[in-house]
Amino acid sequence: MTPVVECQGVTFAYPPQGAYPERGGSEVAFTLRELSFRVERGEVFGVIGPNGSGKTTLVRLLSRVLLPSRGQILIEGTTTRDLSRAAVARRVAVVPQDVPSAFPHTVEELVLMGRFPRAPERFFETAADRTAAERAMASVGIRALRGARLDRLSGGERQRAMLARALAQEPELLLLDEPTAHLDLRYQAECAGLLRRLGREAGLTIVLVSHDLGFAAELSDRLLLVAGGLALRVGVPEVVLEEALIESAYGCRVVVEKHPMSRRPVVHLVYPKG
Amino acid sequence: MSPAGPASPARLAVLLALLGVLVALTALGALFLGSARVPPRDVLAVLTGHVKGVDQVVVLGLRLPRILAALLAGGALAVAGAGFQALTRNPLAEPSVLGVSSGAAFGVIVAQVSGLGSGLVEAVGLAACAFAGALVAGIGVYLIAARAGGMPVHTLLLAGVIVGLFFSSAIAVLISVVDFDRLGGVVHWLLGNLGPITPGSLAVFAALAALGCWLVIAQARALNLLALGEESAQQLGVDAEGLKRRIFAGAALLTAAVVAFVGPIGFVGLIVPQSLRMVLGADNRVVIPSALLAGGAFLLVADTLARNLIAPAELSVGVLTALCGAPFFIYLLRARAPHVGP
Repeated sequence: MTPVVECQGVTFAYPPQGAYPERGGSEVAFTLRELSFRVERGEVFGVIGPNGSGKTTLVRLLSRVLLPSRGQILIEGTTTRDLSRAAVARRVAVVPQDVPSAFPHTVEELVLMGRFPRAPERFFETAADRTAAERAMASVGIRALRGARLDRLSGGERQRAMLARALAQEPELLLLDEPTAHLDLRYQAECAGLLRRLGREAGLTIVLVSHDLGFAAELSDRLLLVAGGLALRVGVPEVVLEEALIESAYGCRVVVEKHPMSRRPVVHLVYPKG
Repeated sequence: MSPAGPASPARLAVLLALLGVLVALTALGALFLGSARVPPRDVLAVLTGHVKGVDQVVVLGLRLPRILAALLAGGALAVAGAGFQALTRNPLAEPSVLGVSSGAAFGVIVAQVSGLGSGLVEAVGLAACAFAGALVAGIGVYLIAARAGGMPVHTLLLAGVIVGLFFSSAIAVLISVVDFDRLGGVVHWLLGNLGPITPGSLAVFAALAALGCWLVIAQARALNLLALGEESAQQLGVDAEGLKRRIFAGAALLTAAVVAFVGPIGFVGLIVPQSLRMVLGADNRVVIPSALLAGGAFLLVADTLARNLIAPAELSVGVLTALCGAPFFIYLLRARAPHVGP
């Protein structure tokens, strides 16, 4: 079976800023180097790594905001180079960390935006688009908030609205960028429950990019650890969240235990004494 | 809250029909009002083709072209304002606030100083010079604001004010250097005046306004997505760079056309779209087409007031819109400060 996503030797470098080649400043900083992995259908695939490791770049590459400098990314067997932005958006839906602060639209308007890639040339949504939006709002439980402006909602409600927008795209792959970044514990729990249900019921493939190791370990079938643009390890959480590996990737001391309830690995930071 | 649910063809049609009636009523009202005393009975007689002579000249030769010019200019400015606001994601952006009007005015003055006449070809040339000035000013504002890191609301406004001041000063220099007689009514025009306009100029104006409106309105759905941020819009299939270029070109063209044929009239692009958003919600597919009609009606009412408030003298309509617009700007800045702040 074709994997939903396959990265083959993906290398990416941002164009050097303020560098003057004629002055010998030609060294290119690679953001990602020779990254290869596959995400199978129905899998929850976690991407973890320290700040600046290339996680955000990976999100941009998987959603075709960027194209790889070398290597290729296959979405259901087709390289992103041969896909239009809209074609990628019909297969990959991104849930960003948050909406911009002065976002003026209502929840329903936001969710309907998820229908844009289905027919970008159309001026209004069709009845089928409305049905899809309705289903998406129902599946995350925000139908009652449809007329509310996004900037009047709590962080958790906003995130569910963003999730509904992504579901309205009816994608194969849900790409979550730091889903817990702005959420307190209760909403983190809610978010985890929701994602589990979506994976199980809707058969969605999920790529979860997170700096929250506990959250990623709890939800993911497999993890990818990136540091300095390199894939350090891919595998089940128990294999990736290994003390020595995490310590070298993050440059700090940690202790790894098993969660008393779920038996998943939990990483504890050993706080240095002052 | 969006009072009537999401945008739909039916909702837009009802709204445009209502606004169309409003435009027709204001236009009819404006035909009857003016400093030359033409009794209502005589206006009706002219409209039905029964009267020739002075009354006909006043109603059909003076008032009607002016009404059409007001409707076109108001609609164009409101659409340009709505376009700039969506493009910059800044509720206070507007042709005059962004300095684009001043750039266009500078283009017009340069054209006049170099001795452009008043024929049809000259009308097109005048608009082209205004468009060039608007583009230079707009790109200048963008470069200054983008250099300052991202595009925060206040940085963009400051850049607009500075560029506007620069072009206003440049205009002042040109006016002082050139023989006053050659400039004719430039100072009067600079205040924003709906004066006499020839049918040829009116036709060129209408064609340019139509092109500019099409550039902006056709992209209204994609413009909604731009509110999510450029990257999210791209992830939903929007060609963000192409979209930004189209909207900028369209809004600059609308501004340039108004400045070339009517003069730099400020704040219509702020008052009209923002008032509409308060009532209709944020969807650009509803707001921008509505702004075209509501902007026309707004400027026509303002101009009719300007013609009649101190008759037989006349106020400049640009002075009147600025008098309304400045308090409105302050209101938006204060009332919406938590949403607008950096």
